[in-house]
Amino acid sequence: MQVQTHVDINSEWGIVAARQAGRKLAREIGFGSVDQARITTAISELARNIYLYANQGQIKIEEVADSNKRGMKIIASDEGPGIRDVRRVMEDGFTTSGGLGAGLPGVKRLMDEFDIDSELDSGTVITAVKWLR
Amino acid sequence: MEDMQVSMYQLYRDMLTSYLEDKSEHALYHAQQFSKQMMEQDMSPEETVSLHLSVFQDIAHDLPEEVKDSFDLLVEVMIGYGLAYREHQSLRDRQQELESELNVAAEMQRTLLPERRIDLDGVDFGVVSVPAGKMSGDYYHYDLDEHGNLAIAVADVIGKGVPAAMSMSMIKYAMDTLTNNQMQPGFVLESLNRVVERNIDEDMFITMMYGVYHPDKHHFYFASAGHEPGFFYHASTDTFETLEEKGLVLGVFPRVAYKEQSFELSPGDFVVFLSDGVTESRVDGEFIEREQITDMIRERLHLSAQEIVDEIFQELEKAQEFQLRDDFTLMLLRREV
Repeated sequence: MQVQTHVDINSEWGIVAARQAGRKLAREIGFGSVDQARITTAISELARNIYLYANQGQIKIEEVADSNKRGMKIIASDEGPGIRDVRRVMEDGFTTSGGLGAGLPGVKRLMDEFDIDSELDSGTVITAVKWLR
Repeated sequence: MEDMQVSMYQLYRDMLTSYLEDKSEHALYHAQQFSKQMMEQDMSPEETVSLHLSVFQDIAHDLPEEVKDSFDLLVEVMIGYGLAYREHQSLRDRQQELESELNVAAEMQRTLLPERRIDLDGVDFGVVSVPAGKMSGDYYHYDLDEHGNLAIAVADVIGKGVPAAMSMSMIKYAMDTLTNNQMQPGFVLESLNRVVERNIDEDMFITMMYGVYHPDKHHFYFASAGHEPGFFYHASTDTFETLEEKGLVLGVFPRVAYKEQSFELSPGDFVVFLSDGVTESRVDGEFIEREQITDMIRERLHLSAQEIVDEIFQELEKAQEFQLRDDFTLMLLRREV
């Protein structure tokens, strides 16, 4: 059984809904409470980025399985302006939200796998996976 | 990892049990030491909070649901701190890398400066040069040519740190290309100006004072490219004169001529070259007066040139609470009695 959930992000309510769906799935998969909170924070940051920079987009969460492990995947996609300098936003100390956000380096730290695909004027897709240990 | 978590769990459990029993300072001290161990093992704040809850649940029976639930909120809050902590660690590693790169660069820069002692009959020479940071924007030079004349120079890049230090190496290499017959101060500054003008940014300038001492006739020749004026001390009258000559800073126009001055050094007379890091030393929040510098020199006339500049540096460094605001270079050349 592969669970998949889509949440549209176009308001702060969407961010909360994505968090809620993410936490629920993380619990079902069997993540402990700290990892549940980490996954939720990652979803929260990705959803906030969509809301702040692209106005709208989508968070998709799903269970994933490898040969001998299970985990959870988050896909955040938008059709916003894209990221001009990916290397720069992945640098520590450079937070695009101009404040105390964890930023993309934070999301990368919270998860086990992280991938970013961005094209100027056409959008960004960020994929992150957390494996159950 | 699993073992570590088990042992951390056990350690924390023992600690908390002991504290709940007697509320002793000793147990708290133990906790403080334990926190170091947790950080060494990269345990994040959210993991610590969660460890606390699971241990607490284990030893305190019938924990109210509200207490447990309240920890969900705390863990959520601590995740942010955990991220900040990890970012801090990675930035600290990065800083260490940069620091060691900078040390290598600073070491390279030191090799650009002359090291050998000047061994010239009838001449007493000393120099001290200390950067405010790791890299210096001051440059100094001294060298004997094959006729036995002693060339000395102090230069200062307007700007500090790495960019300034990089420009300094250019001055050094440009001077190396000059031959012994081209050591006249006016000519030297003219040549350097050409190199600097071609090679540095428009918003960067270098000031420089260059002099040559001919020990046979005791003549001193010098020229200045907008540099901080030096001093000329007359032993016979015990007076200081300002050592200054008009000249444009290096790097503004491609062709600039520099006027040269010359005078004779009588026994006991000396010249002082310095960078503005000396005159802009602040004591009690105020720039020192040039007169204070000459007073400090006068108090030390009985010392050697090297001792004089060293002691003045030490005194000014101390007066500024060991925090130099600018690179500091002080040089003294005396005709011995």
